[in-house]
Amino acid sequence: MKRSKLTPYLLLAPGLLWLIVFFVIPLYYSGKLSLYGGSSLEEGFRFDWDWSNFSDSLSLYDTQFVRSLLYAGIATILCLLIGYPVAYAIAFKAGKWRNLFLFAVIAPFFTTYLIRTLAWETILSDESPVVSVLQTLHIVPEDGRVLATAPAVIAGLTYNFLPFMILPLYAALERVDERLIEAANDLYASGRTAFRKVTLPITAPGIVAGTLLTFIPAMGDYVNAFFLGGANNKMIGNTIQSLYITQRDYPSAAALSFVLMAGIMAIVFIYIRFAGSEALMGEEEAPA
Amino acid sequence: MAWLKRNWLMIFAALAVIYMLLPIAVIIGFSFNDPAGRYNFTWVGFTLEHWKNAFGIPELNDALLKSLELAALATLIATALGTMIALALVRYEFFGRKASNFLIVIPMATPEVVIGAALLSMFLIYGISLGFVTLLIAHVMFCISFVVVVVRSRLIGFDRRLEEAARDLGADAFTTFRKVTLPLIMPGIVGAGMLSFALSIDDFVISNFNSGTTVTFPLYIFGAAQRGIPVEVNVIATMLFALTVVAMVFTIWQQARAEKLASIRPDQEGEPAVPVAATATSAASG
Repeated sequence: MKRSKLTPYLLLAPGLLWLIVFFVIPLYYSGKLSLYGGSSLEEGFRFDWDWSNFSDSLSLYDTQFVRSLLYAGIATILCLLIGYPVAYAIAFKAGKWRNLFLFAVIAPFFTTYLIRTLAWETILSDESPVVSVLQTLHIVPEDGRVLATAPAVIAGLTYNFLPFMILPLYAALERVDERLIEAANDLYASGRTAFRKVTLPITAPGIVAGTLLTFIPAMGDYVNAFFLGGANNKMIGNTIQSLYITQRDYPSAAALSFVLMAGIMAIVFIYIRFAGSEALMGEEEAPA
Repeated sequence: MAWLKRNWLMIFAALAVIYMLLPIAVIIGFSFNDPAGRYNFTWVGFTLEHWKNAFGIPELNDALLKSLELAALATLIATALGTMIALALVRYEFFGRKASNFLIVIPMATPEVVIGAALLSMFLIYGISLGFVTLLIAHVMFCISFVVVVVRSRLIGFDRRLEEAARDLGADAFTTFRKVTLPLIMPGIVGAGMLSFALSIDDFVISNFNSGTTVTFPLYIFGAAQRGIPVEVNVIATMLFALTVVAMVFTIWQQARAEKLASIRPDQEGEPAVPVAATATSAASG
């Protein structure tokens, strides 16, 4: 079947143009806006290569940056530690319960993100039974709070991004040919060795995809810190949001958002250099 | 003890499931609460009042309708554009294929706050007033990539001989596409559309930056959070949850039935079903 050379470009054009005009070009403009000088848009911010926006906002908000890195990092590790056993159980042990487990994993997507986070505010609020249990067990001091602390924010991030960890892990584990594990066992590998030498390497792309899909949104998130963190646990997303929307200090906000983007790009780049890129780029299948 | 050793993984998974479902239980449970003050945080007593009054708050209704309208339009546009991209990527070898793939992946690997801020920057510099149109632009933008990923996974398992058979029987290219290709990839397109709709109706961060004075359902909740969220929000969230569950069960049932019908025909290699869960999986694994 002969096809015109133009066909793929005609198919691509509308969608890719949309992405270029409303994603790539806006990134350029947010970079440009970060170099504007002046005090407000109404009084005339002008483009004048004002690099001080970067140094000023970075020195002003470096705690928020470090905090975001820390919270997102811890949440990602927790998601992996919770997610891998769960994905493994669903793939190999669940049997007739498999669909129920899968349903439970994606069920949070059926309710709005904000309402889910607000539900955690209820669960962790001072009068909640969960908090009194934690107090009885002396995990939390008798008169201690859970809401408006760092662990509350991390718990919220872990909860909200856990499905993004479990689903790619499950997809990777489901593809594991169980005969390979049997072969390892036949060759006298213990269950643990077989897992470490066979299952884990095969599912590495799933781990890479899962950690990226968890870390990237967690790093930029401001909803969890807003509802669960109180005044002392603001993340960089909170800063960018309030600078843009409430304080209207656009150049500083744009500078911060640009640094966030660049920082994440750098982290992702270094990470996939070590871990392989196929997980992020999707299947590089040849067209039929 | 031996039992514990054998089953610890399942116990751990069951605990994780409880963790995943706990907030949903809270949302549903508190839709029957009768709070004393403005804040619906502590359990006071059971009432059906708020279920009877579910659509009794005009601002909430407006926000919900706005969200549905926005999600429907964004889904329509994003699904069309994304399906076209997926067709091009899977079926053709052309210059710029790798770059196109990259352009599809990058928005999914960018934090929402950066996407929202960047779009707002551009709208500000050009003095474009924010509202429904800017929201629609933003929602289509972040849905396209997910549509491509889902439809692409369906196209990869596609048996091209079916199209060749249609051509051999005298169908022209357009008829082949309409009568053979489209029906076969339809489950993928429907899955992608459902995912887009869910993403759009749930979006808060990007909308927060580009909404102007337009209020969607999540934006209403965010605004109401400061002064106490009405119980009716829980009621509507519960309704949406139930609707989604029913829709999902129906889709899986339909697909299972379609698979069964397909397997009756002889000489069918039996393409694996793509249930909604698997569709979401492939979308999440990017």
